[in-house]
Amino acid sequence: MTGKKIEETVFKVLMVIATYFILAILAIIIYTIFAKGVKALSWEMLTSVPQGGYYYGKGGGILNAILGSLSLAFGATLLAFLLGLPVALYINVFLVRRKKIVIVIRFILDLIWGIPSIVYGAFGFSMMIFLGIQTSLLAGMITVTLFILPIMIRSMDEILRTVPVGLTEASYALGSNKSETAFRIFTRQTVSGIITAILLSFGRGIGDAASVLFTAGYTDHLPNSLMEPVATLPLSIFFQLSSPVPAVQDRAYASALVLTLLILLVSLFSRGLGKRYHKTKINF
Amino acid sequence: MYLLNRNQRHRVNSTWMIVSLLLVASLPFLLFLGLYLKSFLLIHDYHLGDLLFSKVWKPGSGQFGFYPFIVGSIWVTLLAILISAPICLLTAIYVTQYTRKRFLRIMHPAIDILAGIPSVVYGVWGILVIVPFISNYLGPLFGVKTLGYSILAAAFVLSIMIIPFILNILIEVFRTIPVELKEASLSLGATQWETIKHVLFKKALPGIIAALGFGLARAFGETMAVLMVVGNVIKLPKSVFDPGYTLPALIANNYGEMLSIPKYDSALMFAALILLVVSLFFNLVMHFFIDRYNKFAG
Amino acid sequence: MDMETQNSIHVENLNVYAGKHQILKDINIDIPKNKITVILGPSGCGKTTLLKCMNRLTDLYPELKVTGKVMIEDKNVLEAGEDIVKLRQHMGLLSQRPYPLPMTIYNNIAYALRLRGVKKRRDMNKQVVHYLQMASLWDEVKNRLREPASHLSIGQQQRLCLARGLAVNPEIILADEPTSALDPISSQYIEEKFQQLKDEYTIVLVTHVLRQAARIADYVIFMYLGEVIEQGTVKEVLENPKMERTKLYLKGAFN
Repeated sequence: MTGKKIEETVFKVLMVIATYFILAILAIIIYTIFAKGVKALSWEMLTSVPQGGYYYGKGGGILNAILGSLSLAFGATLLAFLLGLPVALYINVFLVRRKKIVIVIRFILDLIWGIPSIVYGAFGFSMMIFLGIQTSLLAGMITVTLFILPIMIRSMDEILRTVPVGLTEASYALGSNKSETAFRIFTRQTVSGIITAILLSFGRGIGDAASVLFTAGYTDHLPNSLMEPVATLPLSIFFQLSSPVPAVQDRAYASALVLTLLILLVSLFSRGLGKRYHKTKINF
Repeated sequence: MYLLNRNQRHRVNSTWMIVSLLLVASLPFLLFLGLYLKSFLLIHDYHLGDLLFSKVWKPGSGQFGFYPFIVGSIWVTLLAILISAPICLLTAIYVTQYTRKRFLRIMHPAIDILAGIPSVVYGVWGILVIVPFISNYLGPLFGVKTLGYSILAAAFVLSIMIIPFILNILIEVFRTIPVELKEASLSLGATQWETIKHVLFKKALPGIIAALGFGLARAFGETMAVLMVVGNVIKLPKSVFDPGYTLPALIANNYGEMLSIPKYDSALMFAALILLVVSLFFNLVMHFFIDRYNKFAG
Repeated sequence: MDMETQNSIHVENLNVYAGKHQILKDINIDIPKNKITVILGPSGCGKTTLLKCMNRLTDLYPELKVTGKVMIEDKNVLEAGEDIVKLRQHMGLLSQRPYPLPMTIYNNIAYALRLRGVKKRRDMNKQVVHYLQMASLWDEVKNRLREPASHLSIGQQQRLCLARGLAVNPEIILADEPTSALDPISSQYIEEKFQQLKDEYTIVLVTHVLRQAARIADYVIFMYLGEVIEQGTVKEVLENPKMERTKLYLKGAFN
């Protein structure tokens, strides 16, 4: 039946085109960012703060944004981890019997999944006004923490769910109480998964602009305290990209390259590190 | 920590867990409450229908019609899905049915990288590559004069951004179809393509809907990349080559002037509230859809 | 057995490799027409792989390398190329667990009929009824034809799969442990069905349950670790086995 054959061939061709299209687009994106970014990159760019701001462009670099982003993202990831790990452990260890409560909690987790970061940004801004805080590293950190919290918890929950019941029983049989079981046994078994969750959340947090747009402010300087505004790489790109001054634009491209490389590195790291801790993991 | 004995440690840990849990569980309510209170001034003084359907946006004279932004968001999102869905579907089928498993080892990292690229970087790429492409090649091809900053540009960039989400779910869905179902169809004398078209596709349909749904949700709330290429013109777009304005872009662009005009901040918070409600509602629908499907499929 | 014209399937020098591991070693067997041939052996001996070679489902597993000849209707299945699609319609497959297509009961059969070339609505209806009757399922589903096939019980689903397999009008039925997921009553149903069907069809049944073989087989092929140890009539293999391995297996299985 040639009709059927033609149809199959047409779709096969379309499939190949679609697949290689995606790979091609990825290549184009990487190439564009690298091409523009490498031109703008220099030792000075990475190690000095901007010397002139948006319209003057007296040289300088993006150190403010690099350090700002790193400190903000580290802080937010740490906070999200401190809040998220206990929740994930609680659901999987303590509440294993109380299935109804677990269903409710998981439902709420489903509910907050994927809320756009700008919503957190707007909320964060409202909170700032309510509490009388200015745009600052702290405000940005808290907002980003809220933003990445669902991601952190879901990733950890997914990995903790894979721990078989037998391990929990063995732990109790040896006389451990629930929190010891949770913190010592479960975490050791799922270390690679937890590390992946942390790094994944870090990557998302450091790259997001909308959550820090209203809350972290922006500055050409390095912050001296948590209560001062801080520059971030995403905003460094956003604010400086449309400048008429090429030196300022360069800072935007350099930021884009640095940010992308940072995230790629984190992604690779999470694959590698995760594998390293497989040593202490028991394979069921 | 180590100065406490076992029981004390247990109690500290338990308290810590419960406090965290309460905070996380109250998050959706806190978000809603916070934004609602902030936009209360606006909702109180204006009729909800007027806000959502009025086309006039002149905050200086107290007119807050969100319609152009809602429409802009819908155009951009739907067009993005329209572009992304067939690409993802074709790729998922190709990669799971026609290639060796080794190919997936290339695809997975590629998808991960696409997923990790931040929104602003997509925006940069959009400005450098997509916008000129539309104004120099695509527009003239259709006989349209356009600056390139348009609904189409935003939709295109967005479609690439949501590919990783949709594709990952689709690949997973197709991979978990039992091979015995394929065997059953092939044994009856069907070709591979017939099997895909009539059997596998039907089996995967709920998963496909879920994947597209999540892609849609992600696209709707996307801020930076869209903002950088959509043109930010407050007008109802008549064609995809026209510039537009989306709800997230509205919020992001105007936060600076927010406090200088009365009720402007309430308006922007209201826009955020709309996004939140749409997001929560969508998650609700998806939750029950997936739940029902799981029960049905058994 | 050199009654060549009485054989449905002739397998010659069949070898199957998965990488360096050899799953099937030099298989040479004949499947006689209109009889129930049981391929018997412990789990992992390669019998399912052997079955899957017959209608070249091994295509779905690109890591498998298959050499040799599988002759059906004077054509070598393994070298049939594109013709395999039509060749497969000479055989119907029944799997371990029923895999109804994600469609209505009616459409499960209709799908097979359409592949055979049935187009008109009236013919379609007639044939759907016919094959459901052949599988003794008609009475139970005649009022539920538009329901999804997944609503049926497992026993009913397996009979549906049988009806579907018969709808392409095969000469041979390949059954891979078709009763292993079923309750005893449904199992008995399927076994009785096979006894009825063998007058018109050749049946190849894979099982690791010795008693099942003893109940319904006409011919037995005993396999162990990828090799055919012994083949012959059920009397020959089960009551007077010649090979030591067969004797050991029979002794152990009965215990």
